Amino acid sequence: MKLLFRDVRLPLANFPLILDEEVEGEVIALFGPSGSGKTSILDLIAGLRAPVSAFIAFNSTVLIDTAQGLSLAPSQRGIGYVPQDGALFPHLSVRANLLYGSKRSHEDALFSLEHVTKVLEIAHTLSGGIRTLSGGEKQRVALARALLSQPQLLLLDEPLASLDDALKAKSLALLQRVREEFCIPMVFVSHSAEEVTALCDKVLFLERGQIIRSGSPMEIFAERNITVLELR
Amino acid sequence: MLTPEEWQIIGFTLGVATLSTLLILPVGTLLAWLLARGRWRGKSVVETFVALPLVMPPVATGLILLKLFGRRGLVGSWLEQVLGIEIVFTWRAVVLAMAVMSFPLLVRAARVAFEEVNPRLEQIARTLGAGELRVFFTVTLPLAARGIAAGTILAFARALGEFGATILVAGNIPGKTSTLSLSIYGFVQLGQDTAAFRLLAISVGIAFAAVWVSEYVMRSRGRRAI
Repeated sequence: MKLLFRDVRLPLANFPLILDEEVEGEVIALFGPSGSGKTSILDLIAGLRAPVSAFIAFNSTVLIDTAQGLSLAPSQRGIGYVPQDGALFPHLSVRANLLYGSKRSHEDALFSLEHVTKVLEIAHTLSGGIRTLSGGEKQRVALARALLSQPQLLLLDEPLASLDDALKAKSLALLQRVREEFCIPMVFVSHSAEEVTALCDKVLFLERGQIIRSGSPMEIFAERNITVLELR
Repeated sequence: MLTPEEWQIIGFTLGVATLSTLLILPVGTLLAWLLARGRWRGKSVVETFVALPLVMPPVATGLILLKLFGRRGLVGSWLEQVLGIEIVFTWRAVVLAMAVMSFPLLVRAARVAFEEVNPRLEQIARTLGAGELRVFFTVTLPLAARGIAAGTILAFARALGEFGATILVAGNIPGKTSTLSLSIYGFVQLGQDTAAFRLLAISVGIAFAAVWVSEYVMRSRGRRAI
C-alpha cells in the first residue's frame, strides 16, 4: 500500500501535528513516545478528526483534500479501526458487535464470522456479552469486528499495550497470522520496538507531531539503538 | 373505596400527564441530542430558554401561555380560526401547561445521558460503515436510553403535580380540567378537608411510585454502565 500525506496540519494540545510524507509498505508502524501524535494520525486517516489542512491518499483513493473541499465520510473510507481500548459496544452481545459492520451481501469464506472468529480464537465468546471478556479477548473481538467489515486498510492503535507478556506474545503471533491470512495493509501504532520489528516492514518515527525519520525497522532501531524503555 | 368522582380525577390526571409526556418525549430527546452533540449558533440562548420554566414562577409561565394561546392570543387565534381548535380552559390547555412545565426536566436528563455516551463508540460505528441515522439509533440512543427513561418518568411526575400554570391557562373546571392538584386546591377552598386529604393520599402514592421507578432506573443504569 501507499500512504501519502501532504501539507497535513492539525493542532494538538502542546504542538501542531505536521506531516509531509509518502510511505509504502504492507504493515506500517507509527512509532514514538506517548503524546507524539500517533493516534491523531490514525484519526485523520479514518476521518475522525478535522485537520486545518490536509491531503491524504491511500493508494489511489483521496481520503481528504481540504484545498478542494473534499473529505470522504468515515463510513465510506473502507477503513477498519481498532482503538486502544477496543471500543466495543457495551449494550450489544459479542455476536452483535462482530456483525455490526459485516458486509453479508458479499460475504466470502475468508471474511465469514466462523472463519474470522476461528483465526482469532474467539469462537467460544460468541454467545456471551462483552462484560464476560478478558482484556485480550476484547482486543481480539475488536480486531475481528474491524476485519468483518472487509476493510481496505486496518488501523491498530497499540493493540497489545494493555496485555501481560504471555498474552502479548500470543496476540503478536495472532496479528502475524492475520497479516498473512487476510492480506489487509495495516497501520500499527506501538511503543515497542520488539512488536514493530516482528510485525512491520516500515516505520515512521514520530516526535512532537513530526516524522523525524522513516525506514525499515532494522534501519530505525539499529541506528538509534532504541528500546521500548527509552520511550516511556 | 374511591368514589366515581375520584376515579374520574385520577384517570383524567394520569391521561393528560401521559399525553403531555408522550408529546414532549420525541421533541425533548431530539433537542437534548442537539444540545449535547451539536455546535450551532444560538445554542446557549436555546439552553436558557428551555430552562426558563424551571426557574420562573409557574403562574408567570401560565400567564404567558394564556396570552399566547387565548382566543385573542398570537397562537390561540390562529389555531381557532385555521384549525378550529380551542385551547384555553379545555383539557388541551392542561396538556399544554404540563408539557411546558415538565419539558426542561426531560431535556436536562436526556442531555446528560447523551453526554455520557462515549463519542469514540459513535466514531467506531461510523468506521464500520454506519451512517448518522444508524449510529444514532443503534449506538447513541440505546446507550442513553436509561437516562432518557429516568428523565421521562421525572417529567411525568412533574406533570402530575403541575398546578400554577395549569390553573391560569385551564382553570379548575370539575369534570373537564380538574387534575389531582387542582381538585385538592378546590376541595380545600370549599372546606371539604376529608375529600382533599383522600386525594392528597392518592397523590403521594402516585408521586412516590413515579420517583421510586425513576430512581430504580437510574440505579440499574449505574450498575450497567461501563
